Amino acid sequence: MLPPAEMVHWLFATGILLVGLCLLCEAIVGTEVWRQRPWRKYLWPGLAFALGVLLWPVMAFFTNSSIHMYAHGSWAEVLMLAGGAELGLVHGRLKSPLWRLTWPLAFAVTGIAFIVHEQNAWFFARSAFLHHLLGWTFLIAALIPLALVWRPRSLALQSMFALSLVTVSVMLFCDRDVAPVFGHLSPLAGVEHR
Amino acid sequence: MESSYVHRLPAAGVRRRSRRAQAVSLLGPLTAAAGVIWAIVQPYRVTLLHPFGQGFWWLFVEPPLLVVVAGIVFTYVVARPLLADLEAHDAASR
Repeated sequence: MLPPAEMVHWLFATGILLVGLCLLCEAIVGTEVWRQRPWRKYLWPGLAFALGVLLWPVMAFFTNSSIHMYAHGSWAEVLMLAGGAELGLVHGRLKSPLWRLTWPLAFAVTGIAFIVHEQNAWFFARSAFLHHLLGWTFLIAALIPLALVWRPRSLALQSMFALSLVTVSVMLFCDRDVAPVFGHLSPLAGVEHR
Repeated sequence: MESSYVHRLPAAGVRRRSRRAQAVSLLGPLTAAAGVIWAIVQPYRVTLLHPFGQGFWWLFVEPPLLVVVAGIVFTYVVARPLLADLEAHDAASR
């Protein structure tokens, strides 16, 4: 008994919202205060890693097409890689800040996968519109973690990184399986439900 | 002249820090409030209000309530301990 796809989007939106809020807090109070309690420094990297792990069941059970499986599988891999690298960095096992390049990689792969695995046009239905929008958002937002590799203390970049995730979360909460977008709904999309 | 400078600098610092504390303390409640407003604007998204005939997933996953829960969990698990640490850090640096 699988949940409807829109509910999976909402559950991931909740996880991403929590990661975004944690990142925003870290940007506001500074890394020194954020890491005063040992468990807190592992919080958002751990959440990101867990979201990557949870994408594997999505890949296994939501097999609408091969491209869906490749997309979900690649997200799982890059999110686990980025979350794992961040865990290694905060724990001190990894030293090189270049490991943070895994974040722009994760954003870029996610963006490409979103765009490629949505095979309908922008105004086919709301889910198609949001998949295109999420894809381009991730692709453009990949520049933020890329810049953070060289400017890790920048408050503006840290805040933008956090807010980009909160924005992604809002978009995921807006997802519906069959619903119009700006009044457009293709008759091929099926019967609209709430 | 010198003593007035000594008194003003920490006061400005405290104001700046308290703004940080205010921002942290507002994040969780604002998130939860967004969920409540969403539930009021789209009550049909909260299937607990009309639970009869709904399947398990429709009763378990209700997006406005997920936002409210995220805000509450964030407030109690992250924001409150963080505020205590922030105040201790500010007191130590004063």
